[in-house]
Amino acid sequence: MSKKTLVGASAVAGAVAMALSGATLVASTTAASAKEKCYGVSLAGQNDCAAGPGTTCAGTSTVDYQGNAWKLVENGTCATMELPGGRVGSLEPLDRDIPA
Amino acid sequence: MPRPDNIGDAGESESAVTLGRFSGALLDPGQPTPAGLVGPNGKKADKRYNVYRNNVTVGLIGALFDIYPAIHRLVGDEFFRAMARSYVRERQPQSPLLFRYGGDFAEFLERFEPVRELAYLPDVARLERAWLHAFHAADAPPLDSAALAAIAPEELADQRFIAHPATRILRSRFAAVSIFSANRSGADLAGIDPGNAEDGLVTRREFDVEVRSLPGGGAEFLLALIDGGTLGEAADAATAVTQDFDLAAAIGAMLEAGAFTAIATRD
Repeated sequence: MSKKTLVGASAVAGAVAMALSGATLVASTTAASAKEKCYGVSLAGQNDCAAGPGTTCAGTSTVDYQGNAWKLVENGTCATMELPGGRVGSLEPLDRDIPA
Repeated sequence: MPRPDNIGDAGESESAVTLGRFSGALLDPGQPTPAGLVGPNGKKADKRYNVYRNNVTVGLIGALFDIYPAIHRLVGDEFFRAMARSYVRERQPQSPLLFRYGGDFAEFLERFEPVRELAYLPDVARLERAWLHAFHAADAPPLDSAALAAIAPEELADQRFIAHPATRILRSRFAAVSIFSANRSGADLAGIDPGNAEDGLVTRREFDVEVRSLPGGGAEFLLALIDGGTLGEAADAATAVTQDFDLAAAIGAMLEAGAFTAIATRD
């Protein structure tokens, strides 16, 4: 049951329709400028981190290009990054360069 | 005596008592080295304890520098360090997670006499704290505009939304958002009138925390939705304070910011 409101239901519907016509534009531009997690490319101590509850791991990698530490990079640039020793970045965690 | 919160309720255990005695004097240089604390060969451990004391204090001050960079920039290096030391002296960490430290720094600033004239400082600190909250909040997908488009027009006003875990709203009697933004980006503060009241919205769609200022009625609109009100009720709340509230723009902004994660299902 809908409660009677000052701003009528049709006004709300109209506003949503208007917002959505603008929002499609917004959605496509944000998708294009998104970043991706790139594993195995950050220098020791320079990694970013998942921002989940309780995580404080940004800057915790201990070796250069640590395979299980990631850094945010521009979308589409991760796998093409050239690193010393023939390494490349990866969108998935890597087994290489893991500290003992 | 406050204890770190990882001790749980084992308050009676021997290790908790020892830890409490050890940590109790850490942030109070007036207290003696805890009794029973000795170095190798049974020597007195005063110097060693003071080294530890210093490291803890420097570490906590460093955390405040990192959490409140805009406040740091506003008052300067030396002033911030002295102010942070005053705070650290009276506040032990309540959590082993360092990013939780300094949660009531804004309240401290409100009663810290030397910054009384910088009345906007506490709200800027609240915004910095909200930024950190958003940074550490759980990941969640932002509300997809397609989900809203799929609702029948006559039912739109009855929809309720689930707030994104990162979303925070700050209401300020001062230009807290402009001052925050200028200091975070390193921009010039010229042209900002601190007495200009601003409301801020803090969100994180994916990886980057975003802070934007809300137009009149915007805070009422979003707070009503966060409280579980319907879209129609939220529109009413906003229009009640701002006659010419732009509902379409507000809905567009809330989608763009990712303030909500989903439409609440009906019960």
